[in-house]
Amino acid sequence: MAALATSSTQELGPITGTSVILDCEELSTREINDALRGLEAGSHVTIVHPSGRHNLAVGLFEHLDIVIDGHAGYFIGGLGAGPDITVNGFVGWSVGENLMSGTVRVRGGASACAGASSHGGTVIVHGSASSRAGISLKGGTVAVGGDVGHMSGFMAQAGTMLIGGDAGNALGDSLYEAVIYVAGEIASLGSDARIEDLTQDDVDTVRRLVELTGFDHISPEDVKRVASAKQLYNFDALKGQEY
Amino acid sequence: MMPSQHVSGDDVPEVRDVDITPSGSLPPQKIAQIQQMAETGIYEIRGAGGKRKVPSFDDLSFLTASISRYPLEGYRERCDTTTVLGTRHAENPMELAIPITIAGMSFGALSATAKESLGRAASFMGTSTTTGDGGMTEEERQASDKLVYQCLPSRYGFNPHDLRRADAIEVVVGQGAKPGGGGMLLGQKVSERVAAMRTLPAGIDQRSASRHPDWTGPDDLTIKIHELREATSWKVPIYVKVGATRVANDVKLACASGADVIVVDGMVGGTAATQEVFMEHAGIPTLAAVRQAADALREIDMDDQVQLVISGGIRSGADIAKALALGADAVSIGMGALVALGCNSAKIMLDGAEMDVSDDYARLGTKAGYCHHMHTGRCPVGIATQDPALEKRLSSEVGARRVTNYLKALVMELTTLARACGKSNVHNLEPEDLVALTIEAAAMARVPLAGTSWVPGQERG
Ligand code: SF4
Repeated sequence: MAALATSSTQELGPITGTSVILDCEELSTREINDALRGLEAGSHVTIVHPSGRHNLAVGLFEHLDIVIDGHAGYFIGGLGAGPDITVNGFVGWSVGENLMSGTVRVRGGASACAGASSHGGTVIVHGSASSRAGISLKGGTVAVGGDVGHMSGFMAQAGTMLIGGDAGNALGDSLYEAVIYVAGEIASLGSDARIEDLTQDDVDTVRRLVELTGFDHISPEDVKRVASAKQLYNFDALKGQEY
Repeated sequence: MMPSQHVSGDDVPEVRDVDITPSGSLPPQKIAQIQQMAETGIYEIRGAGGKRKVPSFDDLSFLTASISRYPLEGYRERCDTTTVLGTRHAENPMELAIPITIAGMSFGALSATAKESLGRAASFMGTSTTTGDGGMTEEERQASDKLVYQCLPSRYGFNPHDLRRADAIEVVVGQGAKPGGGGMLLGQKVSERVAAMRTLPAGIDQRSASRHPDWTGPDDLTIKIHELREATSWKVPIYVKVGATRVANDVKLACASGADVIVVDGMVGGTAATQEVFMEHAGIPTLAAVRQAADALREIDMDDQVQLVISGGIRSGADIAKALALGADAVSIGMGALVALGCNSAKIMLDGAEMDVSDDYARLGTKAGYCHHMHTGRCPVGIATQDPALEKRLSSEVGARRVTNYLKALVMELTTLARACGKSNVHNLEPEDLVALTIEAAAMARVPLAGTSWVPGQERG
């Protein structure tokens, strides 16, 4: 690293350096987030000893380069608009929830609701993600190298999901305008989700995502495109209890 | 042929008086409902709130001062109404001049002008207003000195920039009119602007989720609240709003999850649109909810740390006084504020002239005083609409003035009762100031039946 600040917020002062280490064994979550909020755009930060700590790097608006070196808990990088975050480990629920821009990259696996409600930016999970990945997606991108659990893409409104492995039951239930690409098998589709023909645009989109994520086990021409059949856009009484 | 078709001459039965005793289980309204369902295959979706009578604050009365207690002078002596919400963890609690706030109602359900009017009135009175599904509009933020930003299951339009502009955050778990039911905004109200704020195509019948996308149980909620605090640097209070069902459990769980303020919304609360079956058959009355919530806070010794806001069917200063006496720190009003804006009024002011809109109510199959047609988007008075022509029927000047007047009158009624009970602060009203006029109300509010010392369910002392 070019420069190494100490791990104490008091001593961080007005940080203008390019690299900082924050130690979860010495600092509370609040101190860590306050310190991150005090950094100038372009700073590089390593958060060490996260030991499953929740709510690290949430609500940040500057472009920061943040590495969380280990396993982390819930809501990592949530409510963010700007930073690029890499987690060298696994994460708990709702990584990158309500992300507006920037990237959260998880080198391990993610628990439930990865990228929930993200409006923009990209959540990348190198391992597998549990249920409800990409739930309520609103324009962001959620890319999972491995499998995703059931109800993934539930009520996803806009944006893109890429799944490098298999998808669990009820994929894309009640989808709106979001599109889901799946390289592996789909256990079952949810209400109003259907498999559509792949267009050249789709292939190009997937190719770009493969380049961005490094998921080169995915062949862009061979994914399945899952989108909304749009039968639930207006209430239909006669369909009543089917959904 | 059947003999009945040959009735003639002496066989013609006498015309008798019509028996119009309605059936107990199938009164004309129910018959009409069944026939409507049979014809269309649709259940009823409508706005406003429940129509059947449930025990309410009207079933209580104050034991104002007498020989044993002396009153304060009605118009002269000071009766404090200052209310502070969110003292538990927030750096900047919500300091309000009155214990009456404006409840969350969405831009989408309401027009931008209606939202702005509510914000202006609330600001004038030194109180807060609340966003709704669909996010924060610029008009509303500008008009509201104190704005509560709702974090709803749908997360429509929810973003961290607005989060940091909010004066408080309200995590909405449920709503009294439709607890557990999520929300809906029918296509006719999903205009281009509403659709863009919600990231949805215009014109679709839009469903708001009933579950939050990123947490499920109370343990997750604890972490979610922590996330919201981190994202707002622990500055603003965090409220948790529940529809009144299992109130005691929900209040305790919300406390355990770290809420600063708990909002309990009773079944008589209003909504812009939901299935009628929800409004009439889910949840408990506000009267029952307030006492249960207050008792739950006391049971876990949190009543001096976590504030309780009650909503659902609050219309008058008397309702507010009773809610406060039963343990609420503040109330929230929704439908009452809309009525003050002009909802269900036969006349509107347009360009300085009075205009009769009775025909527009008739086109909706209703009339002023009975309207519940928010779901249609054809609001005759321009409140619950996205139609530009109808929206013009409400001016924010007139709307803000009317809601301000209403809030002022509510405060006067509230302080009148408080002073008559000998209280120099409305928050000193207590259950001992109340009696119930019905056994049901006595049981729910846990105050004695009038003229007795009997509280149903409690041992006689
Ligand atoms: S008048 Fe407007 S606001 Fe009032 S009930 Fe009718 S549609 Fe709703």
